[in-house]
Amino acid sequence: MRVHQRADTGRPPALSPAADRPPDPPATAVPAPAAPSAAARLRAVPDAALGVLGIVLFAAVLELLPRLGAVPAKYLPPFSEMLGALGDELGSGAFWTALLDTVEGWAYGLAIAVVAGTALGLVIGSVEVLRKATASTIEFLRPIPSVALIPLAVLVLGTGLGSTLLLVVYAAFWPVLLQVLGGVRDVDPVARDTAVGYGFSPWARLRHVVWPTTLPYLMTGLRLAASVALILTVSSQLIIGSPGLGSEIARAQSSNAIPRMYALVLVAGALGVCVNVLARALERRVLSWHTSVRTEARA
Amino acid sequence: MTGTKAAAPATEYSAGALAVRGVRKVYQGSGRTVEAVRDLTFTVGAGDLACIVGPSGAGKTTLLKCVAGLLAPTSGEVRLGDARVQGPPPGMAVVFQEYGRSLFPWMTVGANVELPLKQKKIGKAERAALVAQALDSVGLQDAPAAYPWQLSGGMQQRVAIARAIAYEPKVLLMDEPFAAVDAQTRAELEDLTRSLWRKLGMTVLFVTHDIDEAVYLGERVLVLSASPTVVMEDIDVDLPAEREQLTTRALPRFAELRAAVYGHVQRAKTFHSAAAAAGAGDRP
Ligand SMILES: Nc1ncnc2c1ncn2[C@@H]1O[C@H](COP(=O)(O)OP(=O)(O)OP(=O)(O)O)[C@@H](O)[C@H]1O
Ligand SMILES: [Mg+2]
Repeated sequence: MRVHQRADTGRPPALSPAADRPPDPPATAVPAPAAPSAAARLRAVPDAALGVLGIVLFAAVLELLPRLGAVPAKYLPPFSEMLGALGDELGSGAFWTALLDTVEGWAYGLAIAVVAGTALGLVIGSVEVLRKATASTIEFLRPIPSVALIPLAVLVLGTGLGSTLLLVVYAAFWPVLLQVLGGVRDVDPVARDTAVGYGFSPWARLRHVVWPTTLPYLMTGLRLAASVALILTVSSQLIIGSPGLGSEIARAQSSNAIPRMYALVLVAGALGVCVNVLARALERRVLSWHTSVRTEARA
Repeated sequence: MTGTKAAAPATEYSAGALAVRGVRKVYQGSGRTVEAVRDLTFTVGAGDLACIVGPSGAGKTTLLKCVAGLLAPTSGEVRLGDARVQGPPPGMAVVFQEYGRSLFPWMTVGANVELPLKQKKIGKAERAALVAQALDSVGLQDAPAAYPWQLSGGMQQRVAIARAIAYEPKVLLMDEPFAAVDAQTRAELEDLTRSLWRKLGMTVLFVTHDIDEAVYLGERVLVLSASPTVVMEDIDVDLPAEREQLTTRALPRFAELRAAVYGHVQRAKTFHSAAAAAGAGDRP
């Protein structure tokens, strides 16, 4: 079942809860959650160093390509010019307003998508009839690219935050819904029988069995949705022109302020990195009991 | 069926008497029907400890799930006390064969044991006392803050047992609970089960495929045939109530009972082929 679901999203949930019940758990008696081993620490340092080295190399290539005339500086200004433009941006109030608009659109859209996807996922997943009845509809609606809804959004909601939200929610909703559905389906029959056998009410089963089983899936869905939501926030601003980083990028391009355009693109990229780091940190915090986190700590 | 023990130790719960009448269970899968249990009839008196042995796939787990109200029998009925079992009855606890999957990995050992008590609406102070007492009696008094996955297999199984006894069930169902632990731990858990049973006086239905274990533990041994399953034999275990791994197993009577059960189990495997030869077979 999980295999089917993986094929659906094209991205396997990084966390696969079934793996969390090892048939023969470690024979150690009550150890404290594993601290990073010496080997892990040794490896962690070069990893970080390599990461920095990669970024430096990339910056150097960006700097050299236009300087050596490999690409026209008109389209790809040297990296130092982008940084200069970025410095100017950081000093301007308009930039910060745009950044805030983008973060706001992303956060609201993601929040709505996660709440709606989780609630519907839990309800649909728990009721067999609903699951069967909605499966084909979901399969039809899900692949519709969110940007294809732009004309509709503009028509109905104009060019403000509302349109952006519609697109963001639409795009971010599906990964959450599908992951939650997968999680509900993954509830261990033995765990379910245990809960039923001890006379848990349906609510208690949802709260103590279904929800914790679903949580790793939800976290994966959240991480996917967070990235998708950012992509949709920026692109809808870019296309519709609702205020934010996207529309600033479009403006910089149309006014031929190419270094500024790149500077804004870099900011959008940095935002993406932040979103991912945040999502992973949250995942680790929430799922401290989970295998994927447990082994990560040990590896 | 005969053989219901009249003398029950400790407290007598008339509500703990279990009657299985003509239970049949057919699994209806897509394109595959399996008659797991054909016709089971037996009773277990309140406060009795009955072992059920049968070959793998005989439908022991299926029977236990029917008794626990987790599966509806295709026909026949299970009665607990004077009520028909239609869903999981209150006052019944099950220790599952797959104990590792039956503990919730997102909760500590203490929380795992406590949760059913919360569902039973037992007050906080009493819950804490019950949890401590139950963990103590399985020798895990130091483990309440650990997570199940930090424990060894045998320890996990003891947590599952502690959860069941903290619940103070009238009827305790155990499904091959010691199949996956080493011989030493197994012996300890067997003695633990018997001492808890004698102390708490609940009705215990203990499923195993180990003949020695069945004779050592039980006051009675029910031998099931291979699938489709019927009760083949109901043997009274007239060993002393006080049992000890070495001395009890060395008793001549133990050897006799063991041989008797062994013979029945051997016959159980071929029971249906013999019946089929007689022209009565509709095996799947
Ligand atoms: N959910 C199910 N759906 C279909 N068939 C099932 C199901 N559960 C069990 N069976 C079938 O019913 C029969 C009895 O299974 P059961 O698990 O009750 O045996 P068992 O005596 O507990 O075996 P073991 O000693 O190996 O645990 C088997 O043939 C099995 O394939
Ligand atoms: Mg079984």
